Amino acid sequence: MPSASPFNGPGFDFTNQVRNAFILEKGIPLPKATSTGTTIVGCLFNGGVILGADTRATEGPIVADKNCEKIHYITESIRCCGAGTAADTEFTTASISSNMELHALSTGRQPRVVTAMTMLKQYLFRYQGHVGAALVLGGVDSTGSHLFTVAPHGSTDKLPYVTMGSGSLAAMAVFESYWKADMEREEAIALVTAAISAGIFNDLGSGSNVDVCVITAAHTEMLRNYSKPNERVEKERAYRFRPGTTAWKSEEIRKLVVSEQVTPIGGDAMDTD
Amino acid sequence: MPDMAALAHPQQRQFNPYSENGGTILAIAGADFSVIAGDTRQSEGYSIQTRYAPKVFRLTDRAVLAVNGFAADGNMFVKKVKQRLEWYRHAHAKDMPLRAIARLIQTMLYARRFFPYYVYNILGGIEEDGTGAVYSFDPVGSYEREACRAAGAASSLVQPFLDNQIYFKNQRPAAGTSHPAHLPLPTVLSIVIDSFTSATERHIEVGDGLEMYVVLAKGRTLQGLEGIRGMQELTATEDGERVFIVRRDLKRD
Repeated sequence: MPSASPFNGPGFDFTNQVRNAFILEKGIPLPKATSTGTTIVGCLFNGGVILGADTRATEGPIVADKNCEKIHYITESIRCCGAGTAADTEFTTASISSNMELHALSTGRQPRVVTAMTMLKQYLFRYQGHVGAALVLGGVDSTGSHLFTVAPHGSTDKLPYVTMGSGSLAAMAVFESYWKADMEREEAIALVTAAISAGIFNDLGSGSNVDVCVITAAHTEMLRNYSKPNERVEKERAYRFRPGTTAWKSEEIRKLVVSEQVTPIGGDAMDTD
Repeated sequence: MPDMAALAHPQQRQFNPYSENGGTILAIAGADFSVIAGDTRQSEGYSIQTRYAPKVFRLTDRAVLAVNGFAADGNMFVKKVKQRLEWYRHAHAKDMPLRAIARLIQTMLYARRFFPYYVYNILGGIEEDGTGAVYSFDPVGSYEREACRAAGAASSLVQPFLDNQIYFKNQRPAAGTSHPAHLPLPTVLSIVIDSFTSATERHIEVGDGLEMYVVLAKGRTLQGLEGIRGMQELTATEDGERVFIVRRDLKRD
């Protein structure tokens, strides 16, 4: 099969690998990737599956994004929460989403959750943990509702309730205290929200809002910012600066509007013969 | 029976007595007052150890000390400073002046030059001449008197804001005017609150609660402090310097 680009082969480009290893040896660290030091959860309920996520993205101790989206689209009835290196979770889920669409087109059926799970684990195992994506995969297909976790090295779990990310212990504490089999929709949404909230308030890597996604056989409902328990408080002072506050060394005003006057000289201006 | 094969090779063991507990402190000096503030979250890694661990301490009626870094060292250091101030009181029948406390702190920090207290100190209060003062220290005792200083986890976020709003850095005054040398108390308190709410937004280790101490010079009016919500006086009499505390909630995520 020919490559998509005539200049680059398919897949990752490793040309800077040796150079970067050399730079690292000289004591200059690699730039830090944005991580979704995250709380993500999933929970089966009577009639489907619910996914939940917080919305904080961090770069070390700094909050990089206060309201990011961690619930990614795989197919209409399969979604995936991502924790770990933000870029890895985004590209991995986008790539598997693309392949799932092609798979649906070539088979003429709606692909199953296990298919997505197998594609994800085989992809992640191939990169031996260097693709830092920790995922919670959930969805509904012809065989029923399914919920999986996929760890960065490619191992998977199939459970009725799961948590991942730096807030996974806080969230799992809530599930272990209050989860029960065959919950109704509203009850399950409340449990997922409580689990994510535990992560938001007790894990420094997680914060801001709660995103929820409810997947049933009939349809998928993405409840973006389902709960917003951390609205910014109003500032005490207005920080507006007087025009002219910034000093300048020289001033030059240029006229950017070009006006021209065309004066036709002799004969018909449009006569091109 | 020890494993003789293992003992044949050289072994190395390590113990790290230090830890970093997050949080941020700051202090601003006015003409005749001083504000010393800190958040109350204590954390280690991604975990919150407690949502209320004070980092700001009243030493005398005219001196307040804020300590940030390794919490265990901070608490021990404050304890030892308070002990030295008590001995001074017993020997001289008066409180130690602010500039003397600053020099004492330098000596105490440098005494531990090769096993330092892992803390940044900011001392605020009123000098003997009645002016507001802030002294900032590094962990081994280098210090200077300043008008404002931020330290701790979010110091790199807060200090540039203070440079701009207190020192008016990168701000040219309007023609025929000049920037004020000192700001009024209500303005300073607003800047302190905004510093902490903003640091809470963007730094994961800052949040939960805010404690602001205000030290007022002898015989001064409340300067608008009476209108501040949640203000509480810590001193018993009005004839000396007065110390107030203002508490605020910060976001808990």
